[in-house]
Amino acid sequence: MTHLDSLHPAIALIAAVLLIIGATLTVIGNLGLVRLRSFYERLHAPTLGTSWGTASTIIASALIFSSLGSRLVVHELAIGVFVMVTMPIALLLLGRAAYRRDPGKAPPSGRPAKPMREDEQPVP
Amino acid sequence: MSRVLPHPGLTLLLAAVWCALVGSLSANSVLFGVMLGVVIPAVVRPFWPETLVVRSFPRAAGYALLVLWDIAVSNVVVARIVLFLPRSALRPAWVTVPLDLTNAEAITVLAGTITMTPGTVTADVSADGRALLIHCLHAPDPDSVRDDIKSRYEARLKEFME
Repeated sequence: MTHLDSLHPAIALIAAVLLIIGATLTVIGNLGLVRLRSFYERLHAPTLGTSWGTASTIIASALIFSSLGSRLVVHELAIGVFVMVTMPIALLLLGRAAYRRDPGKAPPSGRPAKPMREDEQPVP
Repeated sequence: MSRVLPHPGLTLLLAAVWCALVGSLSANSVLFGVMLGVVIPAVVRPFWPETLVVRSFPRAAGYALLVLWDIAVSNVVVARIVLFLPRSALRPAWVTVPLDLTNAEAITVLAGTITMTPGTVTADVSADGRALLIHCLHAPDPDSVRDDIKSRYEARLKEFME
C-alpha cells in the first residue's frame, strides 16, 4: 500500500469518486435482481454493473496506475471493451431462451413469425 | 490477401489487444499477437463470410460517444426505478422494432447498443432479420421507445455502416 502514498491528492479524489459511483451502480443493479419480480425485468438489472459500474471502476484503475507510472492504461481499456461486448450476447441468449421456453408469457405482438434455427442470417 | 487474411482489421485489432493485455510491446508479444491475428480470423471465417464495413470513422466515434452518454443517463434512470419506483407502478413492455438496416453487422451493433443501454434488452431477432424484439423495463409509452431507437441509433448506424 505504500506506493499509494505518492499518489497526487487530486487524482486520488477523482479515483475515489469514480470507484464509489461504480460500486454504487453495481450494488443497485444487484439489488434490482432481488427487488424486480419477473425474469425479464431481472434481465435489466445487471446492465447497471456491466455498463458504467464497470466503466468507472476501470477508469479509476487506469487513472491510478498510469499516474503512478507503473504501467500503461491500455490494459483496462481492453477489459472494459471485452465486458461491454460480451454482456449483450449473454443477455440476448438468456432473454431469447426464456421467452421461447415460455409461450404463455410470450409478448402478444412481438413474436417472430416462425422459430428460427438455421436462417439466422438475414435473407438478402 | 483476402484468402490468407479474411479480416485485415480484425488481425490488427487482435494483435493490438494481445499486446495490451500482456502489457508490453516486445518482439515476443507482437509476434504472438500477429500469430493470433492470422489464426483466429481464419478459424472463424466460415461463421463470418462478409467483411465489416465502416464508411466513416469519425461518425463511428461520434456514435460510440453518444451511446456512452445514453448509457450513463439510463444508468441513473434504471437505478432510480430499482430504488424508488413501487413495483405496482412498473410498466414493462415488449416492443417490436422494424429494421431498415439490412447489413448483419449493423444489426448486431444496434442490438448490442440496445442491450448495453440499461432499461432495454434485445431478446430476439425475427427469422427474416427484419425486426428486433426488445423488452423494456419501464415503458409507459412503448411507441416512443421504438421511435427513439429508430431515430437515435438506427438512422446513425445507417449513415456509416450501410
